[in-house]
Amino acid sequence: MPPARSPSPGWPSPAGTSPPDPPDRPAGSAAAPGRSGLLRNRVFTGGVASEGTPVGRRIVLAMLALGAAGVAVGARAERALERVIDPVRRNDPTGLSDLLPVGNFRYYSVTSSVPRLGPADYQLRVHGLVDRPRTLTLADLGAMRQTALVRDFQCVTGWRVGNVHWSGVLLSDLLAEVGVRPTARALTFRSFDGSYTESLTLDQATRPDVLVALRMIDGPVTHDHGGPVRLYVAPMYGYKSIKWLGEIEAVDHVTPGYWEERGYDVDGWIGRSNGRDDDPV
Amino acid sequence: MTPSDPPPPAAGPSPASGGSGLATVRRFGRSTRLVHWTTAAAMGCCLATGAVLLLPPLAELVGRRRLVELIHLYAGLALPVPMLVAAATTGYRRDVRALNRFTAADGAWLRARLRLGAWQRARARAAVAGGVGKFNAGQKVYAAFVAGAILVMLGTGVLLQWGPDLPGGFPVAWRTGATFVHDLLAYGLFFGVAGHLWMASRDPIARVGIRTGTVPAWWAAREHPAWTVSADGPPIPDDPGGPADPGSQDDSGDRAVRSGHPLPPRG
Repeated sequence: MPPARSPSPGWPSPAGTSPPDPPDRPAGSAAAPGRSGLLRNRVFTGGVASEGTPVGRRIVLAMLALGAAGVAVGARAERALERVIDPVRRNDPTGLSDLLPVGNFRYYSVTSSVPRLGPADYQLRVHGLVDRPRTLTLADLGAMRQTALVRDFQCVTGWRVGNVHWSGVLLSDLLAEVGVRPTARALTFRSFDGSYTESLTLDQATRPDVLVALRMIDGPVTHDHGGPVRLYVAPMYGYKSIKWLGEIEAVDHVTPGYWEERGYDVDGWIGRSNGRDDDPV
Repeated sequence: MTPSDPPPPAAGPSPASGGSGLATVRRFGRSTRLVHWTTAAAMGCCLATGAVLLLPPLAELVGRRRLVELIHLYAGLALPVPMLVAAATTGYRRDVRALNRFTAADGAWLRARLRLGAWQRARARAAVAGGVGKFNAGQKVYAAFVAGAILVMLGTGVLLQWGPDLPGGFPVAWRTGATFVHDLLAYGLFFGVAGHLWMASRDPIARVGIRTGTVPAWWAAREHPAWTVSADGPPIPDDPGGPADPGSQDDSGDRAVRSGHPLPPRG
């Protein structure tokens, strides 16, 4: 509330009951209370009549109102749109529907390019506080017990892809293979893209829904999805499921990963972190 | 289709219009042009980086998500700055006012554009062409759309970037909603800007106008017949205090026409 000031000379004021209008209020709009002033064809500014109606301003205000409404109900609208678009996308041979900013995987990489590795040159190094450090090839991983999961992939930025088929080596199987020492408390994962890192506590890493994934959506994990080998941490947001997995180190304390250094929660439980309430997968 | 309003004072053999095609009119002052081009640069930056963030094929091509995000953020924050700064100059404020105000002629212009049937539309457009002032109604609508879109993108973008840091917390549904609005309006802006560039691509003189600030008088009379200096505010200096544009060698002709009605012989 601005400090009360005496009405300017030309201003009739109702016997001091309410504070006077701000003095910069033009006479024209003061005479027409509320919205009706806007509907007139001539609007007075500073006592001088200027040509035309301020439609431009109304367009701007209407867009602001629409934008605010969109923020309020957009979550519901997006869900409805996804329901419409998902079937279309599944039967779309052109791939054009992937341009719609709704649903489906989005490609996130933090580096300019990622080497393409295959059966010949891919290696997964498992080391740190373990009894039998190993460097595994794709064939080594493929020879281990394979576990399959059908679970959603939920990104912390909001998108979610339903019922993705995953399969690969349970991380706990892999850890048993190398023999994690009792002093180890956590794992640090490093991507062979050279930048990305992630972390899990040992308790999280040994859950039965954490996979070193070799296959995804009916085929080997493709390069764009983080292949040939990526992590899939089902109960956590996508940034925990490190792509292009190149190295696992057993360590004595959690070192926050790439996005966690940049503000995301270290314990990225879906629906219970990062200020989100998504349904668990 | 001669505008009926102010009669052209000394429209005849003024020194400027003597060459019939050489007379020029000052269309945009320096502040307005600076706002246009800096906003265009920031908007282009936002659209390009936004496309990389949003579209998987481009994201795969470019990668470097963190860097692209940073550029997008700063370009977005920079978007409204030129307009706010230029609001201190009278020339820019005058142009904004001209864009803001819609007259009855603008309504007729928009209705003519929306007429169905090619013949009827062409006839209706010819009938209203004489009422077009400094800006036609399409330019006014576009300007308002871009201004509103910048504010909405700024608001939703700020929510997405700093919403989680709000002391009172930030409902997840709002975050999703803000993402939705931001993504959707990004497409709207893309098509809006594409349309703007399409219109510009069809009129080289209009491009000269926004680049140099000056247009030939015959063009002004053809495209904006109802644009008069009197409606546009006091003539000349667009930038009070600033030196004259070094490139405007046709200063005399400029003034001569500007002080009157830009009406060269037509035909």
